[in-house]
Amino acid sequence: MPTNSVKKQLLQVALYTALIACTIVMLTPMVWLIAASMKGPDDLFHYIFFAPRLSLHNFRQLFSDIPFLRFLMNSVFVAGTTVLVQLFFSSLGGFALAKYEFRGKKIIMIVMLATMMIPVQVLMAPLYELIYRMRLVDSYLGLIVPGAVSVFGMFLFRQSMLQIPDDLLQAGRIDGCNEFRLYWNIAIPISRPMIGAFCLISFMGSWNSFLWPQIILHTQERFTLTIGLNQMVGLYAQEYGALMAGTLLSVLPVVILFFLLQKEFISGLAAGAIKG
Amino acid sequence: MTMQRMALFRLQRKYAPYLFVTPFIVLFLLFGVYPLIKSLVLATYITSGPKSHLFVGLENFRFLLSDPDFHKAVRNTTVFAFFSVFLQLPLSLGLALLLNRELVKGRDFFRFSFFSPHLVGQVFVAVLFSVIFIPQFGLLNRVLHAVTGLALDTKWLTNPSLVMPALILTSLWMYVGFNMIYFLAALQAVDRELYDAAQVDGASAFQQFLHVTIPGIRPVAVFVMVLSTIGSFQLFELPYVMLGNSSGPEGAGLTVVMYLYNNGFVSGDLGYASAIGWSLALGVLLISLVQMRFTGTWKREE
Repeated sequence: MPTNSVKKQLLQVALYTALIACTIVMLTPMVWLIAASMKGPDDLFHYIFFAPRLSLHNFRQLFSDIPFLRFLMNSVFVAGTTVLVQLFFSSLGGFALAKYEFRGKKIIMIVMLATMMIPVQVLMAPLYELIYRMRLVDSYLGLIVPGAVSVFGMFLFRQSMLQIPDDLLQAGRIDGCNEFRLYWNIAIPISRPMIGAFCLISFMGSWNSFLWPQIILHTQERFTLTIGLNQMVGLYAQEYGALMAGTLLSVLPVVILFFLLQKEFISGLAAGAIKG
Repeated sequence: MTMQRMALFRLQRKYAPYLFVTPFIVLFLLFGVYPLIKSLVLATYITSGPKSHLFVGLENFRFLLSDPDFHKAVRNTTVFAFFSVFLQLPLSLGLALLLNRELVKGRDFFRFSFFSPHLVGQVFVAVLFSVIFIPQFGLLNRVLHAVTGLALDTKWLTNPSLVMPALILTSLWMYVGFNMIYFLAALQAVDRELYDAAQVDGASAFQQFLHVTIPGIRPVAVFVMVLSTIGSFQLFELPYVMLGNSSGPEGAGLTVVMYLYNNGFVSGDLGYASAIGWSLALGVLLISLVQMRFTGTWKREE
């Protein structure tokens, strides 16, 4: 009969075996992606993972035969602008909802909550009609402007800014700060963790978005990565190496941003879940 | 002079909150509320592109009820959502339970590796997996062939009966770790003293799970379930890109949003697309309400 400590050790072994097995399953596709990007055309299916000789052939093809760099720059521009605009409007609005009493505040909150329940795809047809009438089809503006507000972001910032002490704001007023400076010099610095979390959420949303850009972008020059890569699948279906290299480079910016902001992100996500 | 400045200061203080919410309100009205109302109107028209309209009343909705393609899209999407909730979420909870033990070393590493697929957007996952799934050479078939002896030329994306399993598998990889984060946060928020009390009362590990853990994480579990159901019903990018911008063999990968996209933006009938959109919205709302009712979310608030 096993003693208590032997039983405990066996349990530990089983636990780690399960965890490591899951880790392998979860990480294998990404490792395979990295390996596939760095194999020459003859080695791609010859070796399951890494080939003995690494090749930059796929990346060269990506930048010479395909306007991949253009797609990448477009995505950086669109996602970067979207993050800045969403961040400013959401935090400013969130500040007002958290720290002021004013007429219509309740109605705004109710309408916002109600629209969060509705799938965005419902809006696509009328939104397209609207953008068409504003003559913004096939433009960056048409891509960015409808996404300039984030109801979710507004709630996130309201939630975190509720914790700013009123005394602090009152002290600022006595020192002669106007209300915008209270927002800029007090509320924003205090909300830094939430800003980090929201930057990542907002960047990922814009970087990975597909349906709306697919609807309104027509000219290849303006394609973002998701649209460009989807087109590549059709045009270069057999060029698996270049496709994988393109996928790897498309994923990398998000991964880098995640490592820079992960602390804020995980705690923001968890806080949202517990409160929600 | 100072009197004037005082008055000005009071004035800006009074109107500041309105000013702060104005950009948000204007954009929200224009790109949120207006399209929402407009889509209800559009749903009663047949359109050809954004320019020509024909009023048909509720004809679009009547047509939807007898549209075999729409039925197929709803069926496919429902099957996908079913597996997302009843296969994926228990696995997410399982992973969270494994990681929640105090003795686990390297928890941050495991948590990151389970979560990491979520950083890859749906389109990029779709491109990656469309290559992983190819017969003969694809990673999945090679591994499965070596481990289980499954045929190397198993055609995941061209055999109609394998398309849905392939989609479910892919989304499992993408979201199981993401949902785990929510469960893990919930598990860590359960009061330790409740476990100690249960142990004193002689409760087994399973009884503790049933009577302490489950009630403790129930609000978060309901939240995750409703969220992933809503997300599943919006399935589009994964099948659309994986199946080469088509609905797949015999429409096995046709989803509601894909059908909306095809009707509205390939055929140009924005009216019918709006009708599909509203059916989706009402369906999702109904299911969410049933889920919340069924799990007793409202009873607790009474």
